[in-house]
Amino acid sequence: MNSSGVRSVATIVARDDGRGGTALPVLESDGPLALRRTRGSGAEARVMLVGAMSGPLGGDHFTVRARVEEGARLSVGSAAATIALPGQTKGEARYDVRLDVADQAELHWLPEQLISAQGSDLYVTTRIELAATARLVLREEQVLGRVGEEPGRLTSRLTVRVAGQAVLDQELACGPGAPGGWDGPAVLAGHRAVGQLIVVRPEFAAEPVPARALGEGASVVPLAGPAALVTAVAPDALRLRRLLDEALASLVRM
Amino acid sequence: MSRAALLVLADGRFPAGGHAHSGGAEAAVKAGRISGAASLADFCRGRLQTAGSVAAALAAAAALGIDPVALDRAADARTPSPALRVAARKLGRQLMRAARATWPSAELDALAREFPKGAHQPVVLGLAARAAGLGPVDAAYCAAYESVSGPATATVRLLSLDPFDATGVLARLAPETDRVVDRAVEAARRVVDEGVDALPAGSAPLLEIGAEIHAGWPVRLFAS
Repeated sequence: MNSSGVRSVATIVARDDGRGGTALPVLESDGPLALRRTRGSGAEARVMLVGAMSGPLGGDHFTVRARVEEGARLSVGSAAATIALPGQTKGEARYDVRLDVADQAELHWLPEQLISAQGSDLYVTTRIELAATARLVLREEQVLGRVGEEPGRLTSRLTVRVAGQAVLDQELACGPGAPGGWDGPAVLAGHRAVGQLIVVRPEFAAEPVPARALGEGASVVPLAGPAALVTAVAPDALRLRRLLDEALASLVRM
Repeated sequence: MSRAALLVLADGRFPAGGHAHSGGAEAAVKAGRISGAASLADFCRGRLQTAGSVAAALAAAAALGIDPVALDRAADARTPSPALRVAARKLGRQLMRAARATWPSAELDALAREFPKGAHQPVVLGLAARAAGLGPVDAAYCAAYESVSGPATATVRLLSLDPFDATGVLARLAPETDRVVDRAVEAARRVVDEGVDALPAGSAPLLEIGAEIHAGWPVRLFAS
């Protein structure tokens, strides 16, 4: 890790305000990670992550933490895609997301895409801890390279725990220097956009979603726990979003 | 330790039911993503580095004596596709029968009681290696090699690929298999102190999606 990179930690705490709404007692921006409260709907507080600078660059280490306390409802989005770029120095960049959702609380974490630009090297970790009755909708989309560009190196690990038990632990590595076969027929086969959508709801424990394929490039599956996962690959970001939106709509109807 | 026991466990004729599974190759052939030796090699390399590396680390950890129930849960979290979880447990149950008959062991008996429908195959494989007097490196080699030998053999049947070409693919993957095994054993040793989060978690989106597409076919040559 390069010590000259930017270190930045942004924090959100969402709390039931006792009047049917959600307060944000902590909303701490830091350097390039700027948080803005925007108009929410009903009981939900809404926060927009605004990239005040571009990044992360090689050597940078960004962390976003959110805690949704008992009974609170938080929705987080981002104003634009995040672009991983090469830095002045050759170091790896890190982006860590840590989310904690308490009982009866709900988090919607729906950022825009992460774009891996040529020459960049980024390691993303997303760890989510949910209490037994917490609810979650989380989307993660990776776009390998800007238009007509080779991707950088991108590794992303996503871990979701419900009541202390891991229901999903996956790492996808792609781009130059990633373990072999990442662009081959078992992993991405030339697709340049890949995404996951995870929905956690206590009801899924008794009534898991039925597993199904959505065309050739996506599937909806019940995980071993109260959660459903959509996995999708597509030629580009637009078609990926369409697949994930379609899958989310079908899950919300259930 | 008997080196010959490794040959018995790794032998394709060991009666553990692996021949009925293609490791995702049948779906990839149907989708046109495997069409010959070159694309088979690319498929196998991707599978080795994702599912293969996870299986190798699970097997090594089980061979080291890590709690198999915790390993089985870690395997579930690393296998989002229910079709693949079912396949892994079926294979685990079949391997369990063969292993208990071959190398009777109280640990295998206990795991069979804990998971009557079968534990994830790599976990059973690691315990079977342990029962056979083998170590974590042996167990990881079996798992890593199986992750590519299954698809290669299946592709010979699916595409009428020349068996010499398929074996050539496996031989050329040998140095990469060595490296995957080294890292898997290293990760398994870390599990002793750090818990199962230290296991690798490599994922392959098209293996996951392809497994669900394949599970929906009315007629297939292979179970997975």
